[in-house]
Parts: sequence; structure tokens; C-alpha cells
Amino acid sequence: MSKFNKKKDAALPAVNTASLPDIVFMLLFFFMTVTVMKDSTLKVENVLPNATEVKKLEKKDRIIYIYVGKPTREYEKTYGTESKIQLNDKFAQASDVGDYILQERAKKPQELQDVLTTALKVDKNANMGIISDIKQELRKVNALKVNYTTYEGDAFKNIQ
Amino acid sequence: MPKRGAPPEVNAGSMADIAFLLLIFFLVTTTIETDAGLDRMLPPIEPPDQDVVIKEKNIFQVSINKDGQLLADEELTELKNLRAKAIAFLDNGGAPAGSADYCNYCQGERDVASSDSPQKAIISLKNDRETKYGTYITVQNELVGAYNELRNREAQRLYKRNFTDMEAEYLNPETPDDVRDALKEKVKRIQDLFPQKLSEAETASSSK
Repeated sequence: MSKFNKKKDAALPAVNTASLPDIVFMLLFFFMTVTVMKDSTLKVENVLPNATEVKKLEKKDRIIYIYVGKPTREYEKTYGTESKIQLNDKFAQASDVGDYILQERAKKPQELQDVLTTALKVDKNANMGIISDIKQELRKVNALKVNYTTYEGDAFKNIQ
Repeated sequence: MPKRGAPPEVNAGSMADIAFLLLIFFLVTTTIETDAGLDRMLPPIEPPDQDVVIKEKNIFQVSINKDGQLLADEELTELKNLRAKAIAFLDNGGAPAGSADYCNYCQGERDVASSDSPQKAIISLKNDRETKYGTYITVQNELVGAYNELRNREAQRLYKRNFTDMEAEYLNPETPDDVRDALKEKVKRIQDLFPQKLSEAETASSSK
């Protein structure tokens, strides 16, 4: 029995932190892999409306984005305060949408070209006129699958 | 004890700090976002070959004016009542028993003056050029919500689960193939019970 009583030092042993870098690296790699760097900077205000009956947009590689909204503060002087369309990094007219869709479609692999979705990211204060023009253009180039991108939330907040 | 000629060990104590720094950078810049929204199909531009004759009673006309007011079936309607109205219209099942269009799962009022069956019922949405996009989305949301509510009801009756769950699982790319094949049939069946017929006419100009 005396064998067990031999240990007498009451000092707490230090916690081994040797594996801390490994843990941190693991986290680091996780975040590095899931990070998507933004590819286009927004030049328009883009507060999306809320909706409840939403479906998730899976598979980012088969989506073409169109942004609509008022130009932000710094572009207000040159482009005014009316709602504008932004394609990639520049402002555009509704008539450019068709060409843009065709261009983007041509960039995608062959097997995805028929299953593309156009995501319309539209500011909730935009007018429907510009949306109708876009929709008309989309119909002309036969890009019929659209997704009105929204936040998840109470849809009645939109009308206040 | 290291001898004099042995290479000195590299101090790895600061490795954790460096890793932390990088970690924090990526933490801050990451946006794990999956976009979500309302899926819609636009009508193809070429007109159908033959003119389809649709009975007036099978169309539920919703118009939004530039102030965001709503006209549903020629009545001024509050937005929050729209869903109930759309459901009543879709679920009406007005065709008499024994006729080809008779809808045996409808639980509506079977009003002869309203839609014959969910297959025949069409919701037509019209908006002004100056309508706010937010209002438009709210209306779309309510109409899609009406369809989803009815589909959920049928899915509960037939398969004891919600249609929206089934559809989400079906669309999820991580669902195994065998599960998805089984779901496909069920989803299709429910969709056929209440097909989403939401037509969007070209927008009227406000000058009219």
C-alpha cells in the first residue's frame, strides 16, 4: 500500500499544449476550403426582400447572377438614383442582359448549359418595370429558369 | 544534452500564433452562404400553336397597382387574405361528380362559379411597371405558399410527411440515389395533384 502513497507533490501538472497548433491548423484548413472569395463587387444597393417559401440554390456553378438596385453613394453622381442593372462588374442596360446570358452560358461546360438558373438579386425598392424588361430579355434568349433571390423571413416586412 | 556540433532545434512555439492569425483572417472573410429564393419558370416567348380557350371561372386574376394595392378576382383584397383566397380558389373543385374533371381530393366549397379542378385552375399575376419589387415578391410568396399548403395537406394524407420536406430532400444533392428515386415518384404525384399554374402576363404600363 505504501507504494501508492509515495507520490507527494501536490503541484498541478501543466496542460500539454503541444497539439494546439494541430487543432488550429485543422480549423484553418476547414475555413480555407469553405471560403469563397467574392468575385464581383456590388455597385448597387442590394437589400433583398424576405420570403418564406424559399428553395435553396444548390450548385453554385450553374447559376448566373444579375444584380439590380440603386447605384451606391459613390456612383450616384455618375449614374443617378434610378435603379440600374449590374452585370459582373459594370452597369448595363436591360438590352445587354441577353448578350450577357449568352456569354456566360458559353463559358460553362457543355453539360451544364441547359440547366442554368438565373438568380435575380434585386433590391426590394426597385420598380417592377426594370424586372419586366429583364424577364423579357431572358425569355428572348430562352433562359427560362429564374430564381428571385430573397432572404428567409416574414414576407410582410417587404411592404412596410 | 546536445553536443556542440548538433544543429539547434527550431523553436515551434510561435507556430500556434501564426496559425491563429491565419485562422482569424479566414474566419472574418468567410461567408458561408447558400442563396435561397423563389424558383420560377418564365413562359417561352413563342406563342403556343393553338389558342387555348380557358373558361373565365378557371382564372384567378391578381393585379397589383403601383401603390401596392391588390385586386384579386375583381375585389380589393388585403395582402394577408390573399393566401386564403388563392387556396379557396385552387381547392374549390367545382366540377360535378362523375364528370372528367371531378376532383375527389378537393376539400373546397365546390362552388360552380369558381374553378373546376386544381388541374384547370390558373392564377394570373399582373403588375404595374411602378410596382415595388418587394410587394411583388410578397404576392409571389403568398401564391407559392398557397400551393405549398395544399400540397403539404395531400402529402400528409398520402405519405404522412410534408411536401416541402420531401422536395427539399429530393433536391438535396447529398441524398442517396435510391432514396431520391423513391421520392421522385411521390413528389411528382403531389405536383400533379396541384400543378403550379402561375401565369405572368406582360406588365401593364402605368399611363393606361
